[in-house]
Amino acid sequence: MNLFEFENVITDFKPVLGLEVHVELNTKTKVFCSCPTNFGASPNTNVCPTCLGLPGSLPVLNEKAIESIIKIGLALNCQIAPWSRMARKNYFYPDMPKDYQISQYDEPICFDGFLDVLVPNGDDSSKIRIGIERVHLEEDTGKLTHAGGFTGRIHGADYSLVDYNRAGIPLVEIVTKIIPDTGELAPEVAKAYVATLRDLIRNLGVSDVRMEEGSLRCDVNVSLMPIESNQLGTRTETKNVNSLRSVERAVRFEMQRQAALLKAGERVKQETRHFHENDGSTSPGRSKEQAEEYRYFPEPDLLPIAPDSKWIEQLRSELPETPTAKRERLKQAWQITDFEMLAVVNAGALDLIEATVELGTDPSAARKWWLGKITRIANERGVELEQIDITPAQVAEIDQLVATGALNDKLARQVISSVIAGEGSPGEIVQKQGLAVVSDDSALLDAIKEAIVAMPEVVSKIQDGKLQASGALIGAVMKATGGKADAAKVRKLLFDYLGVSQD
Amino acid sequence: MSKLSRDELRSIADLARIALTEAELDQFSSQLDVILDSVAKVQEIVNDEIKPMSHALDINNVFRADVVGNSLSATDALAAAPASEDDRFRVPRILEEE
Amino acid sequence: MTAVDLAAGIKKKEFSAVDVAKAHFDQIAAVDKKLNAFLFIDEDGAMAQAANVDKKLASGEFLGPLAGVPVAVKDIFTQKDIPTTCGSRILENWRPPYDSTVVSRMKNADMVLLGKVNMDEFAMGSSTETSAYGPTTNPWDTSRIPGGSSGGSSAAVAGFLAPLAVGTDTGGSIRQPAAVTGTVGVKPTYGGISRYGIVALASSLDQAGPFARTVLDAALLHQAIAGYDPLDSTSINQPIPDFVAAAKHKDIAGMKLGIVKEFAGEGYQAGVLNRFNEAVAILRNLGAEIVELSCPSFTYALAAYYLIQPSECSSNLARFDGMRYGLRVDDGDSSVEQVMAATRAAGFGPEVKRRIIIGTYALSSGYYDAYYGSAQKVRRLIADDFNAAFSQVDALISPTSPITAFKIGEKLNDPMAMYLNDICTIPVNLAGVGGMSVPIGLADEDNLPAGMQIMAPVMCDDRMYRVAGALESALVSSWGGLLLDKAPRL
Repeated sequence: MNLFEFENVITDFKPVLGLEVHVELNTKTKVFCSCPTNFGASPNTNVCPTCLGLPGSLPVLNEKAIESIIKIGLALNCQIAPWSRMARKNYFYPDMPKDYQISQYDEPICFDGFLDVLVPNGDDSSKIRIGIERVHLEEDTGKLTHAGGFTGRIHGADYSLVDYNRAGIPLVEIVTKIIPDTGELAPEVAKAYVATLRDLIRNLGVSDVRMEEGSLRCDVNVSLMPIESNQLGTRTETKNVNSLRSVERAVRFEMQRQAALLKAGERVKQETRHFHENDGSTSPGRSKEQAEEYRYFPEPDLLPIAPDSKWIEQLRSELPETPTAKRERLKQAWQITDFEMLAVVNAGALDLIEATVELGTDPSAARKWWLGKITRIANERGVELEQIDITPAQVAEIDQLVATGALNDKLARQVISSVIAGEGSPGEIVQKQGLAVVSDDSALLDAIKEAIVAMPEVVSKIQDGKLQASGALIGAVMKATGGKADAAKVRKLLFDYLGVSQD
Repeated sequence: MSKLSRDELRSIADLARIALTEAELDQFSSQLDVILDSVAKVQEIVNDEIKPMSHALDINNVFRADVVGNSLSATDALAAAPASEDDRFRVPRILEEE
Repeated sequence: MTAVDLAAGIKKKEFSAVDVAKAHFDQIAAVDKKLNAFLFIDEDGAMAQAANVDKKLASGEFLGPLAGVPVAVKDIFTQKDIPTTCGSRILENWRPPYDSTVVSRMKNADMVLLGKVNMDEFAMGSSTETSAYGPTTNPWDTSRIPGGSSGGSSAAVAGFLAPLAVGTDTGGSIRQPAAVTGTVGVKPTYGGISRYGIVALASSLDQAGPFARTVLDAALLHQAIAGYDPLDSTSINQPIPDFVAAAKHKDIAGMKLGIVKEFAGEGYQAGVLNRFNEAVAILRNLGAEIVELSCPSFTYALAAYYLIQPSECSSNLARFDGMRYGLRVDDGDSSVEQVMAATRAAGFGPEVKRRIIIGTYALSSGYYDAYYGSAQKVRRLIADDFNAAFSQVDALISPTSPITAFKIGEKLNDPMAMYLNDICTIPVNLAGVGGMSVPIGLADEDNLPAGMQIMAPVMCDDRMYRVAGALESALVSSWGGLLLDKAPRL
């Protein structure tokens, strides 16, 4: 397969994107029946006459699914249809119990919205507004495993096995409007869109949106328009794109592949393509040259969905703050700069710091602990910050110990390491390791007196007015106490003892 | 002369996943015409202003609470299966990937 | 005996529920070989239900008005663990893992479910001739059809194999069999009885309903099975009217009854029209005012129905693909696509295939707006015409069927002729209003039963029972008994 150089693709063509994202809702029951939705159930045990499509069965809409999709639509600045219907999409496939899927056709619940997305652009970032064509509700299919062949894929399999546990799981499909004119940023734009969408929906709490688990699925549509033309080219749809990185790679690959074809005078075939994780390539799946004949018609077993404005406004009021708004708010509250906030967000520390601050810790202290020692440990281990075994409560406790003088910064960092190592709570560790700062004045005075006796020449210097010389004495006291003294306090006691003013 | 061509009829039968014999194609062809002629009649009185009706009832928003109910056991689900394996329905090899 | 008589006798301990069940099984054994009404006789299940009723009675437990009364169930209703075939080979021996709501309500009413009765395959037909298990015959003349698609239900009741039956009606499949067998058959307002567990033909038209020998019996069964079901989104969530009281009311003085001009036409058997006109005269004598009305859109009803119904059924029947239940035709070498096509070719009869093909075509792109989409608009016009009519009258009346029972085999090769039988019944399903058929006498030409259809507005089914009860009372008086008493002994 030939690939055109990416830089050259851009000089000759304008990429046009379209993204379709499917989100699995986290409702407790399926969209049309009350079967549970938990993962990992034994095959064909989370099924009933309705989701098995047994003769005589009927669907009933899950109210929570409707609430969830309206929330997604509102968060995406969509219009919520005052009246919409479900529709039957008719086609035969063994994972489809009814051989039709209940979905939506020309009357989706939400339509005509947008999502603003920040895309890295060199040293800077660009803000791009992605149009949302529609957001609609549909049911998922059962799961097929292919047996008897070598690869577990369809081709070459002797037969297949079907588990209908996932049949009827509520899916929300989000379709963008055509995304034109993104030039060389196209792969980044696609990735940023999916990442931003994912964060937005996760924030709503209506789905786990984990690409690696399949609760967020992305199909990428790519076509190329010659640079001087305004006529849309033929598009391909790439499926099996299971990570953010894959989104970017799939777009890039398709742009390069299609450019090579067009440059060679060949045409791009309208088809579904399959993304390959191992090398970032796509290969042909089903041809879509013939338009599919789904024979859509309104679902007669279900009644229309007509949310009134009262319900919509109530759902709107339940929407949590968007990630963007939250960042802005905390930036103000913590009185930090954009740059400092970027560091917080990139470290994945926003929620952790916020939680710590809520427990009473000073914001800059909270940032210090999380972005300092704890981030260092996360980086060393190559994991996300939230996977490190220390909680905001524990960090708050440690910070409190420092604030009251029971610990100093150095000791605090030691406690942090020990907590992460699983040695117990901060209090327990301080006890066990005897890390408490020595604050008993008499003990300190003993140590000071010993140091004075050992360093008479330093004392003379202090008495002569060379106050900085006290450093040596203070150092000696710190060493004698195993670092468990508060240096400032030692200094004060020393000067008081010598009868010399600290200034 | 049939309104529906033989090819059209074959592709409809294919869409409907019914393997029709040549004899059936012959028979259906003429019968379908008679019916299709009479149903073209509906065109006579409709216009754009009429709102289509799909339900006798003028009811909206019929929902169910998100509460777990009863499910079938795998045994019951698979009881009538023509073929099964490992608690799954066994189906013949699939040619066309969806 | 009527259901009322049987229930009373059981309660008074004149006979036991087991006696009643046994007597009906004896009748079935003696007579059903001539009728072929029953596809599956559930002797074990029924006797257990009957014994349970007797037990409850003995311990003084309260029993409902239909306790111990036998009922025949059209083979389109799922009943757990006994075969449900829908008259088709594709579901031969399929035993569902669940009960339809209608079946479960009848079980809860302590009724005795005798077994499953024959029907046109997947309810497609008006004669029960398309059943894969052979036709059912009319007890009045076993060379003739009992109507369809609920022919097994009507024959069972008319043949005294059961006092009650349940059937389904999509374009007349309860009312027309009732008319041609001299029984009472009711199609409720759409949504009046739950469709959960009824194998769907045309989802927006199908309704279950009772068959009985008297209006009161039908009302009792209707009352027992009607009402909101959370498992059926299209079921009506409102209090059920009192059909039983309406059936007993018998006073229709001052009611206005309408006759729709567009129901008249050629093709009516003279004897049927005679009985109808006589019945209209009786209604007048009972104090009703008869008004003639026009519902112009009704002339397009047949055409609209024959687009909507196949379209919905082509989608509803897609699930019969040999993958999860029922017939599978698999030579071991074929792909799933081939197995599906071969299974459906072997499992479906010609009428079913024809309607699936029409429906698939009508829904295809390029045809949707012209065919299915336009038919939906005609439906709106028909509903509007009914509304306009009901603003002038309380109920509408018409002959149920233009003709009496024809001979088996007579109309099979002429689908259009078959369809014309449904001219009075189809508009009712399209609008979703209620309609019922009551026997009005025997046609002069052939001494075969004819029926009158009574129609009422949405959610006013009690009004139908009121008119039917009054009419029946007068007719039974004039006949000296039920019309069925005149049927030949089998």
